Amino acid sequence: MTDYRQKYKMTPVLGWLLQDRGGMILLGILLAGSILIPIGNLLIPEGSAFHVPTWMLGLLGKYLCYALLALSVDLIWGFCGILSLGHGAFFALGGYAMGMYLMRQIGDRGVYGDPVLPDFMVFLNWKELPWYWYGFDHFSMAVIMAMLVPGLLAFVFGFLAFRSRVTGVYLSIITQAMTYALLLAFFRNDMGFGGNNGLTDFKDILGFDLQSDQTRCVLVVASAVMLALCYLVARGITQSRLGKVLIAIRDAESRVRFTGYRVEYYKLFVFTVSAVMAGIAGALYVPQIGIINPGEFAPAASIEVVIWVAVGGRGTLYGAVLGAFIVNYAKTFFTGVMPDFWLFFLGGLFVAVTLFLPKGVIGAVPAFGGTAGPGAQGNWRERLAAWRANQGGKA
Amino acid sequence: MRQDFSPPAPGRMPHHSFRRFFMPLFAIVALMLVALAPQQAHAFSDEQLRQNAEQLNAKSSTKKLDVIEKMAADGDPRVAPILEAMLGGDLYVSKADDKVVIGKKQGKVWQHIDVVSGAVTGESGSGDLDKIRINNRLRGALRDALATLNLFSPDLATRRAAVETVMDTRDPAMAPLLQRAIDRENDPELLARMELAKATMALAAGKTSQERLDAIDILASQTTPQIRAVLLQFVNAAEAENYDPKVVAAAKDAVASVEGRLKMWQTGGDVYRGISLGSVLLLAAVGLAITFGVMGVINMAHGEMIMIGAYTTYAVQQAFMVWWPAGIGWSLAVAVPMAFLVSGGVGVVVERLIIRFLYGRPLETLLATWGLSLFLQQAIRSIFGASNRQVVAPDFMSGAIEFSTGLVLTYNRLWIILFSLLVVGGIAIVLRYTAFGLQMRAVTQNRRMAGSVGIRTGYVDALTFGLGSGIAGIAGVALSQIDNVSPNLGQGYIIDSFMVVVFGGVGNLWGTVLGAFSLGIVNKFLEPVAGAVLAKIFVLVALILFIQKRPKGLFALKGRAVEA
Repeated sequence: MTDYRQKYKMTPVLGWLLQDRGGMILLGILLAGSILIPIGNLLIPEGSAFHVPTWMLGLLGKYLCYALLALSVDLIWGFCGILSLGHGAFFALGGYAMGMYLMRQIGDRGVYGDPVLPDFMVFLNWKELPWYWYGFDHFSMAVIMAMLVPGLLAFVFGFLAFRSRVTGVYLSIITQAMTYALLLAFFRNDMGFGGNNGLTDFKDILGFDLQSDQTRCVLVVASAVMLALCYLVARGITQSRLGKVLIAIRDAESRVRFTGYRVEYYKLFVFTVSAVMAGIAGALYVPQIGIINPGEFAPAASIEVVIWVAVGGRGTLYGAVLGAFIVNYAKTFFTGVMPDFWLFFLGGLFVAVTLFLPKGVIGAVPAFGGTAGPGAQGNWRERLAAWRANQGGKA
Repeated sequence: MRQDFSPPAPGRMPHHSFRRFFMPLFAIVALMLVALAPQQAHAFSDEQLRQNAEQLNAKSSTKKLDVIEKMAADGDPRVAPILEAMLGGDLYVSKADDKVVIGKKQGKVWQHIDVVSGAVTGESGSGDLDKIRINNRLRGALRDALATLNLFSPDLATRRAAVETVMDTRDPAMAPLLQRAIDRENDPELLARMELAKATMALAAGKTSQERLDAIDILASQTTPQIRAVLLQFVNAAEAENYDPKVVAAAKDAVASVEGRLKMWQTGGDVYRGISLGSVLLLAAVGLAITFGVMGVINMAHGEMIMIGAYTTYAVQQAFMVWWPAGIGWSLAVAVPMAFLVSGGVGVVVERLIIRFLYGRPLETLLATWGLSLFLQQAIRSIFGASNRQVVAPDFMSGAIEFSTGLVLTYNRLWIILFSLLVVGGIAIVLRYTAFGLQMRAVTQNRRMAGSVGIRTGYVDALTFGLGSGIAGIAGVALSQIDNVSPNLGQGYIIDSFMVVVFGGVGNLWGTVLGAFSLGIVNKFLEPVAGAVLAKIFVLVALILFIQKRPKGLFALKGRAVEA
């Protein structure tokens, strides 16, 4: 591939943008979508073939949020080898922060008509708002919290985990335990987050009706823009010197440590950034879907995100976005046409991708073959032989 | 024999205990007592009894009431059938000789049954009998009288129930009657119980400080929530009515001592429940300890192997119902090896088809087996349906040992504790003493060397994975007894089992045992304080923190192995 940086003496940022063919395509599609979707929905009349129906807006918005979540997982898994099976927790926390704001926006239009307390609190006979609900009547508070809470949790969790060198499957298992603990906690009514039913019945956001097509279009465009921005941030991180260290950590952690790098700080940084992205995805997801409940914390949901990344192509960023769209479209399709088949398909997908497509769909396309796919070189016999040789030395 | 008839040790009053195992024994003793009871329980002479019975035909109901009370207060066991007949409207006056008889319709004629001897003395048409009428007031009195009379019933179980009723009501009016029952009782266990009932009554009815102190003395040695309630009630009353300070102090001491012992029982109960939960965790995790611990393979479909074991149990049970309904009690015994074979077989197939291509890539293994778990769940759902399947418990697993201190040990839990230990013991033996176990350990320790001396490492891998899965299947048999057999059965255990293995330390069977039991016990100790869900959350958070401290678990393999 031509090195545009050398050729045109460009600034590094523009350089790595132009070099990134998949990224350019992704950004192009997102830009085109941001312009065409509102036009298709609002300007083109319903009868036309180019009209974008409202249900499709909801679907696209959902996919875009999932894509952002997948991007955040790819950032840590594809580039730093951290397989988080609890990223759904950050997503859900971001969602809950936005949900709390939307809940407060309902005001006295709830079933019980209480001007301050959300319906479920009135139902539970609570008399006043818990302290952690203060301030959530401001949109800015919700936005800050949607990023701060997941970021903080990831920071604390990551600090503890990476400092004591919890790696590989152990880390995966404790991230799973984390999201499971949160699942159990949010199911409790006493937590003050609506328990089993979660937060729902939202009316409007920033004064705009959530059901109107205009608001929905804005939300879809916001999701697309956010996805594009986060892509650029993630791309920037992975292309920087820091990104090189991350990739080195992924491929040979001990060696990087012995070279003198503080591996845990690099990991902590990227893990926290990734969690913030997941939180943003959750915050965009909730107003478009209209509900957030503890089910989002389910470990199974978090594991599903990983398969989106694996299907699309790990370690490419745009592959994660592609994977999220492919798998979720398949889910929408199968659960509509033959619901029983969906789990067979998803289960088979997990097995097939890990066995036959270690670099995902992107890796199968020759034009993208050169991208940095993590250590999946060689066929399984060679890997097996290498693994067995490795095992020989263990006590 | 000893269990039931030795005098009760302090704090252990098994009033329904050993019901199942000692039932036949009980029946024999009860029969003996029935034979003995009438001879020593006669209080009325035949003549007195007849006279009293005749008076039941008095004109005024007040008079009848007096007679009923007089008859009941004596405690003669022969009174009960008469009063029962009266309550049921079967007590008549024969017009021919003006005698009170019990009438019993036999076809078209009425038999006259003598009130004293219970023998049939004659028969007549309904016209020859006059019913002795009763009103609601009499009905109430009759019922009360019968309740107290049960204290004198020849049937041990009836007497026992009557004493419990007296304990609950603590009506001081019953005191003299209870005293009379004590004088006649010859079952030592029931006698102790009656003395206790008397003491609770004396506490409420006692007039002098000495009487109260004596009663408190007796009660203080007991260990039941019921007695604690009685004493607490007394303390409140004593403080409100300014009893002798010595009495109040003694009562408070008594409450404290009862409470102290109850707390010990409570702790014992928590430990038992913890062990019970731990045994379930152990069963679920021990297969994983082999696949994850020994092979280093993350099997997210482990829970589904458990589920397959549970469904095998169900299928075996269905097969018994079709072909050999009489032998249904054997179905579990057949299900254990069947579940091992089915789950183990699935495990071997999975290892050959999927896992072996992914050795050395633990994260990919994790994803592939997760996919497999979704696949298996849906497969079972398609075959058996999404609803829960019923697996019946065999006789020896239903029922419970109940202690009067409030502790209940259910048999199915006891069996599962025993079973889990047997399974772990079995695995330890297989690993330690069989050729396969030796090969397995050899391959784990040094694969290349093992291969060089002729061990077919590929086969050992497959069989090891099969063994781990088969054990999960056996766990499924046990779990089918306490959990819903549904396609989601396995999902509930997967996170817990991983926690146990990670906590205990990978590659160490004893670590797994210790991990399972300590997690179970900690969980159950937290539960009364924090509630079930919070306890679980605390344990998870504590585990996450624990892994920070000891990333390789409680018993880490020592060595210089460095991953990556």
